[in-house]
Amino acid sequence: MSADGDNRLSGPLADPAVEAGYPPEHPERVGFFTDTSVCIGCKACEVACKEWNLLPEDGLELSGMSYDNTQDLGATTWRHVAFVEQRIDTTTRETVDIGMPDMTRPGDSSTAAVDPTEDAATQIRWLMSSDVCKHCTHAACLDVCPTGALIRTEYGTVMVQDDVCNGCGYCVPACPYGVIDTRPDTGGASKCTMCQDRLGAGETPACAAACPTESIQYGPLDELRDRAAQRVDELHEQGVTEARLYGHEPTDGVGGDGAFFLLLDEPEVYGLPPDPVVTTRDLPSMWKHAAGAALTAAVTIAACFVGGKR
Amino acid sequence: MSRPDDSAERSAEAGNDFRSYYGQPIIKEPTWKVPDVPAYLYLGGLAGASSSMAVLAELTGRTHLNRTGRVAAAVGSTASVVALIHDLGRPARFLNMLRVFKPTSPLSVGSWIIAPFSSLTAAAAASEITGRLPLIGRLTSISASVLAPAMTTYTAVLLSDTAVPGWHEVYRELPFVFAGSAVSSAGAVGMLATPRGEAAPARRMALAGSALELAASHRMEQRAGVIGEVYREGRSGKVVRAAKVLTCVGAGAALLARRSRVAAIGAGLCLTAASAATRYGIFEAGRVSARDPKYTVVPQRERLANEGAASG
Repeated sequence: MSADGDNRLSGPLADPAVEAGYPPEHPERVGFFTDTSVCIGCKACEVACKEWNLLPEDGLELSGMSYDNTQDLGATTWRHVAFVEQRIDTTTRETVDIGMPDMTRPGDSSTAAVDPTEDAATQIRWLMSSDVCKHCTHAACLDVCPTGALIRTEYGTVMVQDDVCNGCGYCVPACPYGVIDTRPDTGGASKCTMCQDRLGAGETPACAAACPTESIQYGPLDELRDRAAQRVDELHEQGVTEARLYGHEPTDGVGGDGAFFLLLDEPEVYGLPPDPVVTTRDLPSMWKHAAGAALTAAVTIAACFVGGKR
Repeated sequence: MSRPDDSAERSAEAGNDFRSYYGQPIIKEPTWKVPDVPAYLYLGGLAGASSSMAVLAELTGRTHLNRTGRVAAAVGSTASVVALIHDLGRPARFLNMLRVFKPTSPLSVGSWIIAPFSSLTAAAAASEITGRLPLIGRLTSISASVLAPAMTTYTAVLLSDTAVPGWHEVYRELPFVFAGSAVSSAGAVGMLATPRGEAAPARRMALAGSALELAASHRMEQRAGVIGEVYREGRSGKVVRAAKVLTCVGAGAALLARRSRVAAIGAGLCLTAASAATRYGIFEAGRVSARDPKYTVVPQRERLANEGAASG
């Protein structure tokens, strides 16, 4: 039993692996820090994940959602790159000349440069973010799983044991982030394993290894949290005041995410819940209310038998 | 959907100002199927209340009502298990439900309630129908009735213990709706299958259960805030309303059922339909609330705003 024995359903929990029964000498808790400020939307993470984990394609559909035809995380999509195109107010924002060629003749003055009030590509900012299972400290999917198929690993991550899952689907609506889903071909639940099979060999998960800009950083969670705090300070100094961390706080509704993010807008803009809470936090209260209702039913039925025989 | 600024679109409706990712849902809609899961909910509740009814009928010397209760409890709980197994992605592995006992999983706890309950009620009903081993029949019937009240409400916890706003946010009231609906549905079956002379407790159960269900439903919708919309509007709202109308009509007919066999049958059918519709309506309302990011984002934003206001 850990020192945080009182926080088994919610609240800060220093070591979820020990809480799950691993000996204290288990490996360090690992995670992802996804710094979306350097994501270029290449989707190498999506491809690497599919290749390594042998996940089938999800159909080739055009969603109309910018360059995002993947659309969401699911049973066979464990990394999902979101694309948000935002119109920005160029009068309040500094633009950076990155030396791209323009339509004027060489030597001409730059007076023909794009009028900032015009509807032009320079007025669009791109938000790209590679989403993934959050490997919550208090994982609702794991809590509600009736078979024990979902487990906490020695690395503090959350994983489905495919040979145990009976496809009841309870984990699907339990996840506050909408990550896990059941696979139509197997009937079982499926989601990111943080490449459990690579971790044992000392390898980095496939997505992080493939990321060309180090937007996806993998490592011990404590180290990543320090690095993320530094990065957000750095961005604030550079004037990117909208930079904020998401899922890094051990005091949040899920006890902190094993995979957390640096975002440049509100979480819901990326399809993330603004204040996720593990549903089992309220489970003791739910059972109390259900017990009260069950007692009410029993007393009501008994009362119906009191009185006349007709 | 393809215009660049759509992604940051804000809904213009008053009080519903929120942002989303192309209007996509944030949480996943339950994969549970219709009619499997609504049937599982209805039949489990019916079985629980019927088991209590059977034991009390036996104690008060109502042999017909006892038989009705025992059979309804056995058929209801067995059919409930069948519906659950049919809904599994891998039905051959249904016994994995009993692989562990997990107090954090209402489905695990529920499986450990329904497995012994359905076995006991099946034995009690078999004894009742065949007339053999009456002592075993009585013992199994009484043992089942210990689990019976839990049968009427554990499914409410099962739904509430999810991220589905339409179910989670009403976790205080939902078990009372289910309890009322279960009592009324058992009363309905009692009225349908028992001679009028013995069915007085069943009629009272129909009335009391209906009253509890309607009162709890009202309270639930009042306290649900913006999420209450899914219980009032659209298809799910229609089903919930239909359930209420059927409950009222059925309860009205139950008042006349003492003197009229026709009224008794009408009341029984109406309340059976009402109870099934209640579960289906609640199930659908949850699905609607999962599908629309508004019901995830707006209450969470409100919560953050309140916390911000409280802390300074």
